[in-house]
Amino acid sequence: MTVEGQRGALSGWGRHPVVVARHRRSENLEAITRGATLSRGLGRSYGDASLPGTIDGTLAVTTAADRLCWFDAERGIVRAEAGVSLATLNRVFWPRGWSVPSSPGTQQVTLGGMVAADVHGKSHHSEGCFGEHVRAVRMRVADERILEVSEDEEPELFRATLGGMGLTGHLLEVEFQLRPLPSGWVLAESQGYGDLESTVEALRSAGSEWPHTLAWIDLLAGGSAFGRGVVERGRRADPGEAPSRLPAPRFPPAVPFVFPLISGTTMRLANIARYWSRRLYRRGIVHPDAFFYPLDVVGWLNRLYPRAGFTQYQVVLPTSAGVEGCRRVFDIMVQRGAVPLLCVLKDFGGEGKGMLSFPKAGLSIAVDLPITDRTQVAVDAMNDFVAGVGGRVYLAKDTLTRPEHFRAMEPRLPAWQAVRRHWDPEARIRSALSVRLFGDPT
Amino acid sequence: MKALLIGATRGMGRSLARLMVERGDQLFLLGRDESALEVTAADLTARGASGSVGAACCDLESPSGFEAALDAAWAGLEGVDTVVVTAGLFGTQESLEADAVLRQRVLSVNFANTVEFCEQVRTRLLADGGGTLCVFSSVAGDRARKKVVLYGAAKAGLSSYLEGVDLRYREAGLRTVLIKPGFVRTNMTAALDEPPFAVGPDEAARAVLRAIDRGASVAYVPPVWRLVMLIIRSLPTWVLRRTDF
Repeated sequence: MTVEGQRGALSGWGRHPVVVARHRRSENLEAITRGATLSRGLGRSYGDASLPGTIDGTLAVTTAADRLCWFDAERGIVRAEAGVSLATLNRVFWPRGWSVPSSPGTQQVTLGGMVAADVHGKSHHSEGCFGEHVRAVRMRVADERILEVSEDEEPELFRATLGGMGLTGHLLEVEFQLRPLPSGWVLAESQGYGDLESTVEALRSAGSEWPHTLAWIDLLAGGSAFGRGVVERGRRADPGEAPSRLPAPRFPPAVPFVFPLISGTTMRLANIARYWSRRLYRRGIVHPDAFFYPLDVVGWLNRLYPRAGFTQYQVVLPTSAGVEGCRRVFDIMVQRGAVPLLCVLKDFGGEGKGMLSFPKAGLSIAVDLPITDRTQVAVDAMNDFVAGVGGRVYLAKDTLTRPEHFRAMEPRLPAWQAVRRHWDPEARIRSALSVRLFGDPT
Repeated sequence: MKALLIGATRGMGRSLARLMVERGDQLFLLGRDESALEVTAADLTARGASGSVGAACCDLESPSGFEAALDAAWAGLEGVDTVVVTAGLFGTQESLEADAVLRQRVLSVNFANTVEFCEQVRTRLLADGGGTLCVFSSVAGDRARKKVVLYGAAKAGLSSYLEGVDLRYREAGLRTVLIKPGFVRTNMTAALDEPPFAVGPDEAARAVLRAIDRGASVAYVPPVWRLVMLIIRSLPTWVLRRTDF
């Protein structure tokens, strides 16, 4: 059953911007993607990446198409429809000894979204982006043909689609390689560091031993405490050190409506509590959801953010920019009046094969910023600096970057645009993001 | 559990089938769309179904096919102990008033044909010594309302039938489980405004499976609808005349 032509208010995870858009949803992806302007999954990109680029455009919402096509238990290869969520994949495959590689910080994302944003996680330095594990996709391109696309068939389109933000075609099915899992549990360590420099240093050195690493930074503390942090590192527990039972699936309660509990004041207190509770070295076996999916601690966590919405400013600075570059970004942010609610750092491994994929070797900075009248100015100023040192911004999080900044950050953009133009000369598939950044017509 | 499901290619039925596979139940699927059955069976197999997931075509619009479909299911599972009927049609009151063909289809599928299907299942389960018959009706059958006059009437008939079967045959070993979903977010309801207490199909399916395991004769899904309907049933007629839900 296809639900036709519904109009409704839609936004990304940051609840800004909000647009009224027509969308249709069905388990029959072939039917709903025909003539559609863009596909949308669970809407976890923060800004305008999942919003239609034209007023009369129709979105194909993929979440009802969540079936697995087949699973090869010998080789750990699975093919599934684009609307299946990572939560479902984890629930199905963890108990059977397999895990989805390169998992991002939420499991409420669809497989199609994971390919389109070429997502990464705490493991980027050890296993790259999700696209590195994708073997093939089945997609509808702009002239309505349905193609099987891989490194062997239309390899350019394949690489342009990994991280292509859904703009090269509608993803219908994704085939990818799972990773064998020693146990369902995670062995995690955490430790606090009193300043930014030592936190970054600890994050970098943890990467050589641990497959999953991340640092959380307190940017609301004043004086010398500004930039202190906690480094988290983990690996899948060996069967001998983990409980023999499987971790039980968790169903966290959802925030029922917009209730702006998160603000500079409350986060300042939360940061103090977090820093002091994790300052000392800790090691233990933890539930994988607790380790991998902090954003899923409650459903609809974004409803706790300020009423006007928020964005996440995530950039990667090349290794050459050093920790000084990172501190410079923070300084600009604070000087321009942005309120850094939450900040995480991650050291990336090398660039993957996605032509427009975000990660490259260096330090990734991700900061949640409420939308205020100062946010645009702050983002512009930070982007000036980031473009100057050879860094770049993550489109799946972005709301406010200007096209000239993005062009300056992305020497790969013309090559990607050439592939997109080849398959879609009129830019029939477009999003609010591609209108904003790539000059598509509205 | 050896379970036969009709209507498991979409919505709550699909979520329920996945939960049952996850805990190791053996399944056989009936549905009207052959390719949807194939895709669903492949999905359940990839999710680790124990044994192969059999399927056969069966359309609630044509009762003449029921016997062959049930034969296939009983043969495929080598006996069935649980039958779940989630299939059904929906139409808004406006569309049913305007379209006589649709009206006829919705009334026959949701009442007469579903009852006929259940009757055939009842005979088979009783012949095997008993079992569970779980049927999806609706809270719309609990009290007439302006928005669901025709749909609600068919569901009221179905609920009443199931209640009767429970009274008459529970002692003989046939457990009926009457599911009354409130608002569940599926494609069937996607065009409707969402009332409070709406749940997704997975959450609804977990409640249904609990009811089947408990052998509850009536289960509201989610359970808060029992209270909501208690209130709605107790409203005087003049209030319902003046309200629009």
